[in-house]
Parts: sequence; C-alpha cells; structure tokens
Amino acid sequence: MPTTLTINGATAAHDVSPATLLVDLLRDGLGLTGTHIGCDTSQCGACNVLVDGRATKACTVLAIQLDGASVTTIEGLASGETLHPMQAAFKEHHGLQCGFCTPGMVMAGLEMVRRHGHDLDEATVSHELEGNLCRCTGYRNIVTAIAAGAKAMAATGETTHA
Amino acid sequence: MREFVYERPTTLDAAVAAFAGGGEAALIAGGHTLLPAMKSRLRQPDTLVDLAGVPGLSEITRNGDMLWIGAMTTHATVAADPTVTAAILGLAALALLIGDPQVRNRGTIGGVLANNDPSADYPAALLALGGTVETNLGSHDVDGYFQGMFATALSDGEIITRVGFKIPKASAYAKFRHPASRYAVVGVYVAQTADGVRVAVTGAGPGVVRWPEAEEALTASFTPEAAKGLVLGGDLNTDIHASAEYRGHLAGTMLARAVAAAA
Repeated sequence: MPTTLTINGATAAHDVSPATLLVDLLRDGLGLTGTHIGCDTSQCGACNVLVDGRATKACTVLAIQLDGASVTTIEGLASGETLHPMQAAFKEHHGLQCGFCTPGMVMAGLEMVRRHGHDLDEATVSHELEGNLCRCTGYRNIVTAIAAGAKAMAATGETTHA
Repeated sequence: MREFVYERPTTLDAAVAAFAGGGEAALIAGGHTLLPAMKSRLRQPDTLVDLAGVPGLSEITRNGDMLWIGAMTTHATVAADPTVTAAILGLAALALLIGDPQVRNRGTIGGVLANNDPSADYPAALLALGGTVETNLGSHDVDGYFQGMFATALSDGEIITRVGFKIPKASAYAKFRHPASRYAVVGVYVAQTADGVRVAVTGAGPGVVRWPEAEEALTASFTPEAAKGLVLGGDLNTDIHASAEYRGHLAGTMLARAVAAAA
C-alpha cells in the first residue's frame, strides 16, 4: 500500500506491505542501517527514531501507521561531515563503546531536550534513559554526553529533528 | 509477522464496518501491546483496523466532578496534561510509570483498558477512582467493566471512545515495577472519594481487584500506619518474579506508600 513519509527531510511515497515495521522499511527498504534492531521486543531502544519529533521504537510501529508523518533517523542528524551536537557530545565524552545502542541513545537524548529543555541534570537523564539499554558502558558517560549535548544544542540553536 | 489487511477508517461507523467485514479483526490504537503479540504470533488478525484516523478520540475535558480522557490519548499526554494534573495528580503520576518514554509516546489509555492486562496500571486507577468507560455502543460502569484476565465488558469490536474518572479528594498510586518489563509486580491505587476510600490492586492476581479490608482500615484512619500489617489475600500469582505470599505482603507495602503519597 502506498505510504507517504518524510524521512530525514525527503518526502516520498513508499510501497509497503501492511505488516512492514518501520525499522524494516528503514533498514531493508531504504538502506538506513543506522537504526538498529536490538531486542525486537520494545524494550532496548536501539531502534529509536523520531516520529514527528517524538522518540519512537521503530520495531513497534508499522510503517503504514505513519502515513503522512515525518521520521528522523540517526542518518538525518549530521550536516555533511559536521556531527549534530548530540552526536559530537557522545564522541567527546566517550558515550559509547561497541556503538550498537548509540543511535537509539542519541535519539533518546533529543527526546529529553524536546520535553525538558537544554539544562538536564543527571537524575533527569538517568530516569529518562529507562527505555534504552547499553551493555558496555555502564551508562555514566552516556549520561554525561546527553547533558553536554543538550547544552551544546542551546549554544548552536540546533533543532531536535530534521 | 503474518500479513493482514490494513484499514484506516475516518469515522467510528466505518471502523465498526471494517471490523465486522474482515475475518478475525483487531483494533489498533498505539499498538504497544498488540504489535508485540502479533510479532510473537499470539495474535494473528486477518484485518487490522487503525483508529488513528478517527477524529475526536484524544480530547481531555473536565466536567463537574468528572475528568474525561479520550481513548487515543497517549500516556505521555496524560502524564503532562495540565487538566489531568490539576484534577487527578495521582493519575498523571501513574501514567509516568508506564513503560518508558518511547512507549509512553505511542501507548494509549483506551488500548490499555480494552486489553485489561492483569499487570497494567490504568485498571487500578479506574477501579479505585470509579467512573465510566464510554464506547460507540453506550457506556460501562467501572464496577462491572473488569472481568478477569484480559476480559472486559466490551463486546467484540466495541470501540472505547473516552474514559471518565471521578475526581477524588485525594489519590495516589504506588507500584513495584518489574525492572525489565516495567509492568507492576504489584500496584496499588488509593482514592479518597465522596463514597469513601476505594483501593484497587493490579499485578497481584489474575486481574485488577478492589481490596475491601484496606478500604475499611483506611476509612477508619487514612494514614500509612493504618495500612501497616495488612496483607492481601485471595487468589494471587506465583511466578519466577515473586511468590503469592511475597505479592500479598508487597501489596501492604505499596498500600502504605500510596496512602503516604495521597495524604
């Protein structure tokens, strides 16, 4: 069925079968493999993308449900070779080790900025990360990175989604 | 996931027709219970009827002593909506304990109440506060609505349109969350209402229940001390997470915490 989506700023009609999950359209249909599949049971957050600006688990939504919506994936954040401030903060603060959970963590960070603004304390970040699992870092540097990324976004005037 | 026919009606009548005409049909709201069930093939509908295109199902209004929340309202909206927080702060706080931020952005109150998972949170709030489940066919008083595990008074294909909660003098929810699933191992909602104290427990047994002994004790004295030592009886779950005995005691602890938060 034809489904119109704006993905990372580009609007197009996609012919998807009703049972196609958003994450499968992104990865298999469009080659946007930065959105990861971790648990596939709505728990780990590796597949987080922004749907109309709101963090959403792409493994738990059908592409067809989102007809007309705007989707931002990790590929949509950088400007050319310049990382988005939230991405740059993960690099700067060593907020990743194997990197598998990182795209979902970055999206969770953007969701926090959307709802809580740019001044995020540690308790807020830790609490808001309840839907994202990381098996390498122990979360400390992720928390630091998100708080720093949020501040950096205020300085650059960066928006949370494409 | 098995393929199915997808329908996105724009009126309730069209949704009813789509549900009736498609073999085994399922209604989808946020999909955060249904889609995982379909992925694991616990549910294999022939037709999926998406309610997202039907207007007017996510309004929040206060009318006298009732707070009305549209069925398609997400948990994130219930948690943050100023009308909800002003009327029933305990309900907004409960919504913030469901799942995680991403789940709360998609999951809906109508979906939860139609599904009636025995460990879900909203059933405890609705049963403790008292109120009404309105549908395309009429309305159900809460006292006959919940009928055990995954069972409700809804008929097949009946669509919840909005849910009415009686605004209490005070209320609060205390939940012992399973750390992975975020569902309630035990959750207790306490409400001081015009009709006296009402207490509802979720997660402990095969479905949400009132707790008469707790209501009696708290009617005499609405204090955490009055809740101390109370142990929930009846048919409670034993599983790998907690024994029935543990859940019975946990209910008393959650009761005391809820009263402390509400008082």
